[in-house]
Amino acid sequence: MAAYLIRRFLLMILTLFGMSILIFVMLRLVPGNISDILFDAAGMVNPADKARLEAELGLDQPIIVQYWSWIKGLLTGDLGYAYVSEKPAIDEILPRIPVTAKLAGLALFFSVVIGVPLGVISAVKQDSALDYVLRVVSLSGLSLPSFWLGLLILMGFVHYFGWIPIYTDKPSSFWHEVGLLSIPALAVGFRASALIMRLTRSSMLEVLRQDYIRTARAKGASNASVNYNHALRNAVLPVITIIGIEAAFLIGGLIVTETVFNIPGVARFLVEAIRWRDYPIVQNLVMFIAVVTVVVNFLVDMAYVVLDPRIKYED
Amino acid sequence: MTRRSTLAVAVAGLLAAGAVGPAFAQKSGGTFKVQHRDNPSSLSIHEEATVSVNMPMMGVFNNLVIFDQQKPLMAPESIVPDLAESWSWDDKKTKLTFKLRQGVKWHDGKPFTAADVKCTFDLLLGKSKDRLRKNPRAIWYHNVEDVTVNGDFEASFVLKRSQPALLSMLASGYSPIYPCHVNAATMRTKPIGTGPFKFVEFKGNESITIVKNPDYFKKGKPYVDRIEFKIISSRSTRTLSFVAKEFDMTFSGDVTIPLLKDVKSQAPDALCDVNAAYVSRNLIVNEKAPPFDNPQVRRAMALAIDRDAFITILTEGQGQKGGAMLPGPEGQWGMPTELMEKMTGYGPDVAKNQAEARKIMSDLGYSADKTLKVKVSTRDIAIYRDPAVILIDQLKKIFIEGELEVVDTSQWHAKVARRDYAVGMNLTGVGADDPDVNFVENYSCKSERNYTQYCNPEVDKLIEQQSSEADLQKRKELVWKIEHMINEDVARPIIYHDRSATCRQPYVKNFVHHQNGIYSNWRFEDVWLDK
Repeated sequence: MAAYLIRRFLLMILTLFGMSILIFVMLRLVPGNISDILFDAAGMVNPADKARLEAELGLDQPIIVQYWSWIKGLLTGDLGYAYVSEKPAIDEILPRIPVTAKLAGLALFFSVVIGVPLGVISAVKQDSALDYVLRVVSLSGLSLPSFWLGLLILMGFVHYFGWIPIYTDKPSSFWHEVGLLSIPALAVGFRASALIMRLTRSSMLEVLRQDYIRTARAKGASNASVNYNHALRNAVLPVITIIGIEAAFLIGGLIVTETVFNIPGVARFLVEAIRWRDYPIVQNLVMFIAVVTVVVNFLVDMAYVVLDPRIKYED
Repeated sequence: MTRRSTLAVAVAGLLAAGAVGPAFAQKSGGTFKVQHRDNPSSLSIHEEATVSVNMPMMGVFNNLVIFDQQKPLMAPESIVPDLAESWSWDDKKTKLTFKLRQGVKWHDGKPFTAADVKCTFDLLLGKSKDRLRKNPRAIWYHNVEDVTVNGDFEASFVLKRSQPALLSMLASGYSPIYPCHVNAATMRTKPIGTGPFKFVEFKGNESITIVKNPDYFKKGKPYVDRIEFKIISSRSTRTLSFVAKEFDMTFSGDVTIPLLKDVKSQAPDALCDVNAAYVSRNLIVNEKAPPFDNPQVRRAMALAIDRDAFITILTEGQGQKGGAMLPGPEGQWGMPTELMEKMTGYGPDVAKNQAEARKIMSDLGYSADKTLKVKVSTRDIAIYRDPAVILIDQLKKIFIEGELEVVDTSQWHAKVARRDYAVGMNLTGVGADDPDVNFVENYSCKSERNYTQYCNPEVDKLIEQQSSEADLQKRKELVWKIEHMINEDVARPIIYHDRSATCRQPYVKNFVHHQNGIYSNWRFEDVWLDK
């Protein structure tokens, strides 16, 4: 196991190194840089001033030099300066991470809390009216884009309560913040919950047909015991996998949700930074997301061992 | 009553209201919550060319003179003292001297002096050691030879030739005075001014906060304690949050004419001013790209434009037909209708214009079977794309088959400047309602903002001539002559001038929105909240 962990760790480092090259190169393949955008925003063309700004920001350096300068900074904790705000990139990124982390965590929580039990119920009550209703709910969850759902929720709140759940002020308390984040988390978690619901259902249906389930029933185990202790435990592995993948994909859903609900998180910030070609912000943030994805995948793999004793990672 | 005369009456009424002034006791205190649409690239007014910076930052600064914040029209007669107590011209009208207020302090406690005026304009003229990253309005001051000081409280602008309009440019929201002792880089992130509000914080993508300056030299002002500009990038969310009364005011011109109906139906007590933003939609044609190097093709395109269709479809009839200068009644320099209708493409009989255009194109060998295929380039933003689609439809009528090419917004001006386009749809915003701003920025050979690189030495000569002219009527006639020339050159045919609304809650008092521009009415020192 120890050797496996070391191998995985080295593989993670290699993956992140590859990611860093991809992020760096792809960002520079996008047309335009901060200098183009700043001058475009001012509606003016002055090649000399543009070149001066590029030199000031180090954009005139060979790409290898720029890459090395970034990696060197990354390893020493210096993320550089944001081009637009002219503040240290770390000061721009760090305060936003907890907001997005809370939102993502809450969205994931809702998706599991809603998706898994409803998936189990749908499987256990297969072909009943309740199963059909839940299948329609899950299909609508997959079909409704989160930005549209978000707008519908906002409109509903404004029309029926005369209040809008947007993050306009610093939340006054923990529960106030949970309240503000719950609604967007529901909007973004709805899709993931639908996916989890469908996967749990199909996985459960497959397990419920297994011999050992029949044996458990023959031995007189209660329905709840069969469904939750025997069936769900065996059906949950693919669900765990999808939760891991969804955690990484969530950032895509958060971009629009943070925009619609005006939440000052990293996802919306990332889009803005891409728009401005604010390289220090974009490359560090995408790198951070890559690290989170790699770590989550690792944790999912480790979770298999805990959930299924048959799985062992050999040295 | 026609729409134009209705507007004239409305403007006259507003003027009268402005002249009378507020008749109630102002209440002090409170936080004024204003929406903001995007993340400005910096907070330095001198480095930017967008209302996204002027709106939150104008209250931090003072100008030498300013357009009266209680009058709805920006015009020479509404210019009032600000940091200057008075001003005077010398006999030759080539030296403008300002007597400055004494006892004014910067927000960091340092005294304001004439040296700060000189520093500001040395920076803009490129004469100082410190440099602006971008200097989009350097061209405004091309006629300023030097700024001199006489003691701490007198500053003079020495001009190369007379230029009565200089005062209007100095009164614009784009002309704040910067401190000598703070460098340009700091002014981008932590601006220091003398204005009624002190800058507190700019949280990227979140908010900009300014608070009352207790040492403001205009005693008793400002009335509100704090202004919070919250950045909400989704327009739908902005609209809903205003309707839900989470905000006291929308962003400048954020409520389009179609949206205004929604806002008024959901928030019937909201006060919404429909204003000319002084942002025109215009056609750009690359005169170096064949066959558009043929003036006849360009003329046919100018004839094909059905302006009323654009105005009806995109602004529900509220947009304005005009030349480069904003048309009346709000615009001070718009051409009389009878003159305008003599220009190519402006004749009231659109079918006749288009028939003439088709004849030109037929003579050049084009027909319904042999169309001229062209890419119509525009910026990838809805306000650019929507008119571009209508333009393509109208060009079809004269055998030009357009294909929409959307260009990433970062590439737009650079692409146009490289002349890497044939036909394009463009937007042009104007900082102050004066030909010295509009013509010089957008049509003179030497301007960095004339990115289409239109250059006609004869037009340049006339631009200089009108700029020196002291007689208003004579100047107007020169302006209209220039309008005619640039239209016949198909320099950048104006399709229409847009109108949109800025809304506020009824308890927001003493705010007057300029009817002829969006860049100069954000001082907020007179605003109070009747809550």
